[in-house]
Amino acid sequence: MSETLPVTGTMHLIARHAASAVWLARYIERIENLARLLDVTKTFSDDDGNWLTILRINGDAVGFHKRYPDVSQANVARFYLLDADNSSSVQAAIAAAKENARTLRALISTEMWLQINVFHGRIRTLSGGDLTPDRLSAVCAMLKDGAQAHVGISEGTFYRDQCWHFTMIGRYLERADQTTRLLDTRFNALAPRADANDPDIDAGKWHALLRAAGGYHAYRREHPHGYRPAEVAGFLLANTAFPRAVALNLAQIDWHLTQLRLRYHLRGGARALERVDNLCGILTHEGVADLVARGLSPFLDWMQREIGALHGDVIDGLCGG
Amino acid sequence: MAQTAGTQTQTQTQSSDAPGLLQGYDPDAFFCEMLRNGQPPHPGLELLRSRLAQFPIDTLRRRAVDAERDLLERGITFTVYSDATAIDRILPFDLIPRVITAAEWQQIETGVIQRVRALNLFLHDIYHGQKILADGVVPRALVLGNAGFCATMVGFDVPFGTYVHVCGTDIVRDETGRFMVLEDNARTPSGVAYVVENRHMTQRVLSDVMAGLKVRGVDEYGLHLHRALCEIAPPGVSDPQVVLLSPGIFNSAYFEHVFLAREMGVPLVEGRDLVVENHRVFMHTTAGLAPVHSIYRRLNDDFLDPDVFRPDSALGVRGVIEAWRRGNVAIANAVGTGVADDKAVYAYMPRIIRYYLAEDAILPNVDTRICAEADALAYTLEHLAELVVKPVAESGGYGILIGPHATRAQLAEFRARLIADPTNYISQPTLKLSVSPTLTDSGVAPRHVDLRPFAVTGRDTWVLPGGLTRVALRQGTLVVNSSQGGGSKDTWVLA
Repeated sequence: MSETLPVTGTMHLIARHAASAVWLARYIERIENLARLLDVTKTFSDDDGNWLTILRINGDAVGFHKRYPDVSQANVARFYLLDADNSSSVQAAIAAAKENARTLRALISTEMWLQINVFHGRIRTLSGGDLTPDRLSAVCAMLKDGAQAHVGISEGTFYRDQCWHFTMIGRYLERADQTTRLLDTRFNALAPRADANDPDIDAGKWHALLRAAGGYHAYRREHPHGYRPAEVAGFLLANTAFPRAVALNLAQIDWHLTQLRLRYHLRGGARALERVDNLCGILTHEGVADLVARGLSPFLDWMQREIGALHGDVIDGLCGG
Repeated sequence: MAQTAGTQTQTQTQSSDAPGLLQGYDPDAFFCEMLRNGQPPHPGLELLRSRLAQFPIDTLRRRAVDAERDLLERGITFTVYSDATAIDRILPFDLIPRVITAAEWQQIETGVIQRVRALNLFLHDIYHGQKILADGVVPRALVLGNAGFCATMVGFDVPFGTYVHVCGTDIVRDETGRFMVLEDNARTPSGVAYVVENRHMTQRVLSDVMAGLKVRGVDEYGLHLHRALCEIAPPGVSDPQVVLLSPGIFNSAYFEHVFLAREMGVPLVEGRDLVVENHRVFMHTTAGLAPVHSIYRRLNDDFLDPDVFRPDSALGVRGVIEAWRRGNVAIANAVGTGVADDKAVYAYMPRIIRYYLAEDAILPNVDTRICAEADALAYTLEHLAELVVKPVAESGGYGILIGPHATRAQLAEFRARLIADPTNYISQPTLKLSVSPTLTDSGVAPRHVDLRPFAVTGRDTWVLPGGLTRVALRQGTLVVNSSQGGGSKDTWVLA
């Protein structure tokens, strides 16, 4: 892609609509991530402890325990798939996605709107019967399909002016955030510091972690010999080819912010660009290996805050705050 | 012409067999838009009727179900909010079209243009010299004491003297097929999105019935609206920035706002996206503030500017009226048009047309009595059970008494209300509204229809060939408003 595609028009983008574009993409992406997590946990879990992990990834443990007696597959699935009062459920996510899509309806393609509308209707009709072990995978597949259909339809039909760039920024922000969270909760359980280089750790759990990120096969191609914590962390953080790797997502955010500056002369993205450049500088394979040796957890906490701050930079600088 | 002759022959050979949609259909004493008893044969209508006569009702039902699902999935809906839950409802769509011939359209189009001219001249007059009041054609109190009269507008000039940039004229037909205006909608009339979407729906699900008929297109509405909004923009701006100002996603007509913004290719904004600085209007964009020159607002006067109207309005733009008065921005429709589409002023429209244009109304009014006048009140009270009585300041079909359908108790209650506040009411004879064949649970049956053509005016007036045909889906119901359980039909103006 050229660094300097010519500007196609002078159409302004309402700042509030830019914010909606970021949020629309984030919510749809969140649905896909949640579906991946539930599916992998269901498939690869051997005890209910893994269901607790999902709650931790999303920072939902406290909210969950207020309303549900115990952490079981049935309760966690209900909490995330049916519970509209849970703000991190797919019900809440699709409702928020639709509301943002409604706001953007004059800007997104009619195909995008139609798909979100139908997807919304499908998710709304989920019921207790969909939570049984035999149905859960099919429901997760439906959710992934819907989110991926959104991405595909956007790719093929969404006019690539400013609004599209903001959507892409939202999508990559969410992916970077989710991968960081996933790694944070799983990594310490799998790789206590003393065993950091022990090849005998539970391969099944590394497998599940990479599956949840949708990166198992790609990881195998890069690293055919077992699992090393530094390599897994490096793959999820510093890889620049894996779609859910933090570094790749940051690089793509960088590109979109640069396009907005060059093609549309948006000056408000300077802080965001600066932050992205800084983060990209840190997320090298060598850097990650160092971090693993010193303990990844504080770094991941900091990374999550940085991604949150980056979202804030985009919204404050470009979307009217 | 050869083609026409061919289709007529086809009609004769086909209509003799196969029980179709119109079998057993009986419009009774009403004028039927499809059968047109008593009118000379029309080749387009003949062809359409023959196709409908051939059309299996099961197929129509199946396509109706498809169409309904399609409308829902596409979100061609109005949204009802209850307990923070958004429910998308469709305006029920009846597949059997309503047809208007070229000759009929000629009368409607010229009649609407005439009426819009008169409305604009009337508004200019009452906000300037008030000659029509001085000449005693319209009672002074009716205008100056009207809730729709806006003192802010006095002495203020609008480009081309156009106040009513978008006008929706509600037209009905009586049992003889005569067109009559029932109501003018000169504030923020809605429904045009359905005109276009209904056509697209017909093209998707009923193209076989439409094939070969010369139906005039409805896709140019956005272009004409955008042109009018550019025409009224402040002079000297070469490429005016037009925006559509909406109350937001919670407004029931939000889909139409989306539709129009998209058709015009302009930003769909809310009050919070606009700001006035130095009496100029700007919008908050990703690049900072950008100037706005022309606003198509779908927000009522009351909410437009908290400086001038309701101070508690969070939907409007503070200072926008002053920016407008200084000529820095255009607003369509103008503020203060509500006085012209008031149901009491409506009664004077034939006289208003004659006063300004020295012409008779091309589209007559329904015979209307103004209950503020003593003899009209006496007549209304005496004939309450036969009349339709409407409050003057309402819209949406609420608070209407339909005498022949009212119970004794309802009549007594309404009588008391009418005596208590006669100036709030007008009365009209119960109309035998025309009907159109409509798919119902018990087959195709006659249902009452009206028509709302849309006129767009900047420098000149253009009328969208077609309009929103609303249909009262329940048997015998005369009220066709979408807020009262009505549906709509595609409206075919034949070339």
